[in-house]
Amino acid sequence: MSDSSSSRPLVTFAGVSKRYGGVTAVHTMNLEIYEGEFLAIMGPSGCGKTTSLRMLAGLEEPSDGEIRLDGQRINEISSVERDTPMVWQSLALFPFLNVQKNVEFGLKMRQVPAEERQARASKWLERMEILELAERDISQLSGGQKQRVALARSLVTEPRILLLDEPLSALDANLVIRMQGVLSRLQKELGITFVYVTHSQSEAFAMSDRVVIMSQGRIEQLGSPKEIYRSPASRFVADFVGANNILSGTISQAGENLEIETALGVFQCDTGTKPAHHVGDSLDMVISADLVQMSLDDPNTQNSLECRFISEEFVGSIVTLFAELEDRSDFKIQTRQRDLAKMSLEEGDTFFVSWSAADTHLISSGRHLDA
Amino acid sequence: MSQGASKSLLLRGYVVLVFIFVFTPIVTSFIFSVNSDRFPTIPLGHFTTHWYETIFADPDVWDAFRVSGIVSITVATLATFIGFCTAYTDYRYNFTGKALYLSLALLPPTIPLVIMGLAMLALLARINMSGEIYSIVVSHVVLCSPFAMAVIRMRLAQINPDLESAAWNLGASNWRAMQEVIVPFCRPAIASAFCLTAAVSFDEFAVAWFVSGLNKTVPVMILEILQGNTDPQINAIGSIVFITSMTLVILAQLILMRKTINQTATGI
Repeated sequence: MSDSSSSRPLVTFAGVSKRYGGVTAVHTMNLEIYEGEFLAIMGPSGCGKTTSLRMLAGLEEPSDGEIRLDGQRINEISSVERDTPMVWQSLALFPFLNVQKNVEFGLKMRQVPAEERQARASKWLERMEILELAERDISQLSGGQKQRVALARSLVTEPRILLLDEPLSALDANLVIRMQGVLSRLQKELGITFVYVTHSQSEAFAMSDRVVIMSQGRIEQLGSPKEIYRSPASRFVADFVGANNILSGTISQAGENLEIETALGVFQCDTGTKPAHHVGDSLDMVISADLVQMSLDDPNTQNSLECRFISEEFVGSIVTLFAELEDRSDFKIQTRQRDLAKMSLEEGDTFFVSWSAADTHLISSGRHLDA
Repeated sequence: MSQGASKSLLLRGYVVLVFIFVFTPIVTSFIFSVNSDRFPTIPLGHFTTHWYETIFADPDVWDAFRVSGIVSITVATLATFIGFCTAYTDYRYNFTGKALYLSLALLPPTIPLVIMGLAMLALLARINMSGEIYSIVVSHVVLCSPFAMAVIRMRLAQINPDLESAAWNLGASNWRAMQEVIVPFCRPAIASAFCLTAAVSFDEFAVAWFVSGLNKTVPVMILEILQGNTDPQINAIGSIVFITSMTLVILAQLILMRKTINQTATGI
């Protein structure tokens, strides 16, 4: 499924824009979605991710550009005629119908005879492990059960693509993890395309083959979760995804042993064989919080900084430390809880952080250059 | 604690007083409708159904109930339909002049009934449509539609806007989505609006008096009897009218309340 490069695009956004009055929600979007892939579209609220999904579903019409499904332009095809079912953030189950009737709805609209309707709906209820709830009212279901009904209702017509608009945002944390598993497995078993809109990094990264990061109506980066996590393409992505420290500076020495001069000193960067930069180029240096070492003594390497401990955020075995550099900017470190315990830091204590030249990632003016 | 208790006792007492104030005349009227005395005096005579028997023996009374029945059911049907359409346009569409459209749609009940009746009579007489049953129907539809709209609009305000989109997304045309989603969702409000408008029409006197001509509705007939003689027949008719419209109004409330509790619990 994840071998997307060899498949042909099922959906193509070719220069698609959406404007509401003077506001541009989506800006000349170009995107290819492949047959059978799990694609997540992720971004902060108002970035245009839901609008893109709704355009694909035919609930909004693009102001510009073309959306193609299977090579065919579908701009003018109404939502009713596209087979692009959606799982809604609000789930949008019909409260006046029972579970069975909700699931049958799409088939009923397609004039499928009652008997076949019932059989197909039952098959999906069984697959979602909620067959015993068939006669229940929607109001009698738990959050997770409603989720399963919504999935069954969308999948009953056996579409080639399923659109999901933040479907897990109303569930509690444990249930989210479980439903992620359900969705992942379902997508792999069915082999159809899932387009999943979310603002949650953990949901996007846990399930998808590729992730689209959007901001202010534009695609900031498109890549596998790992690419996006390790090689953010822009400052926005570096800020939005993961826990990154970003130092801005200019190149003071180009070539193999790249050196960057920042307000806090000169740091080394291992660019490997990547194209050379020129002295004086300004760029952002990204140091992922989980690739930082901590020590109480000065490690005496070039890539180190002194900082002051501010606070910590404990999430299980991993701790995120918030520290302050000498210019009062923030620095984040992720480390194992037991390693941190050995250092017994108090608020206000100073310590050192260091990182390897090979673990720095560079971003220059919108393009990314791997270190 | 005891202060709170006495306060709540006081409040309860107040509520009871208000209800006594509102319902005493009606209860009195009912009591005298089953009292044997010719005039409403105390002490009471004995229990009798004589006055009810008298009115049910009177063909004019039957006629009036027949007219009222036809009018209120027709009015309720038309007014509920118009009210639903108005409420739906308000829910679904945004257009310039919408505020004006809505205030015009809600205006009729704010016009004094006598003025409304006079205006209706003036218009209907001019176009040769007065004095018929349908004249009452037309006038009452104007009067009742805003009530139906208000009730249905309240229900539509609770709908999750994704529901209709979800229906389209699942292959329902606009018309189909209306049939399969909007109408079922509004069904309790539609039933409630039907009962409410039927009650309003059944009760309404002023406008009906102007436009009814020889087709007297029950309230018009009551006044005419009252002008001639005052005997407990009036109380008997009054009690029937009261029970009919109260039943309709309470039914309207119950339908609305039951469904609302049922479905707001769903949340999503």
